Amino acid sequence: MLAEILISAFLVIAGIFGLVGSLGMIKLQETMQRLHAPTKATTLGVGGVLIASMLYFGLIKGQLSFHELMITLFLFLTAPISANFVAKTFLQANMRAKDLPPSQSEYGWSVYVDPPKRESPEGD
Amino acid sequence: MITSALIFSFACFGLGLLLNLWRIATGPDSADRILALDTMVINIIALLILYGIWQGTAVYYEASMLVAMVGFVSTVAYCRFVLRGDIIE
Repeated sequence: MLAEILISAFLVIAGIFGLVGSLGMIKLQETMQRLHAPTKATTLGVGGVLIASMLYFGLIKGQLSFHELMITLFLFLTAPISANFVAKTFLQANMRAKDLPPSQSEYGWSVYVDPPKRESPEGD
Repeated sequence: MITSALIFSFACFGLGLLLNLWRIATGPDSADRILALDTMVINIIALLILYGIWQGTAVYYEASMLVAMVGFVSTVAYCRFVLRGDIIE
């Protein structure tokens, strides 16, 4: 009984957070604000569903497995990379280098300036 | 009780897919469309795992893992194409 309550709670919380993540895609006004919304669906939505799945197969079916943690790990590793790429795509399409604050280093922002030449003996 | 919670989660993630489709249709920028497609992939992963719980089989982990990998690669490839005009330089 306790296991059922726990699994149901995880499923409901995951569903609410998944819906909030997708609702933010509609509600928020700017593209850079919209980058914020799907992180909820990635971490808490899918994470809650995976924890519910682990508990269901471990406590009710009696076959404990840790495959789900691999999916969580993969999503946690790839979500920042894809968010960075989407932000770069937006910057390249809508902003110029003079609209941004200075980068406070000897190099400019990476979208607008070519990467500096490396001086390594083997080349690239 | 688990059945009701599963149906609730199915409804939430399915509604989320529809909202993402709306953003893909009306998104003013290509970055919006890429972001909405990435969120769609996330929702589909959650739906696949929920379907695995519903059916009581462990087959759908592998399917959702594959969907996660293909979704990440396609997001990066689409962004590279918009950014540089080429995917592998």
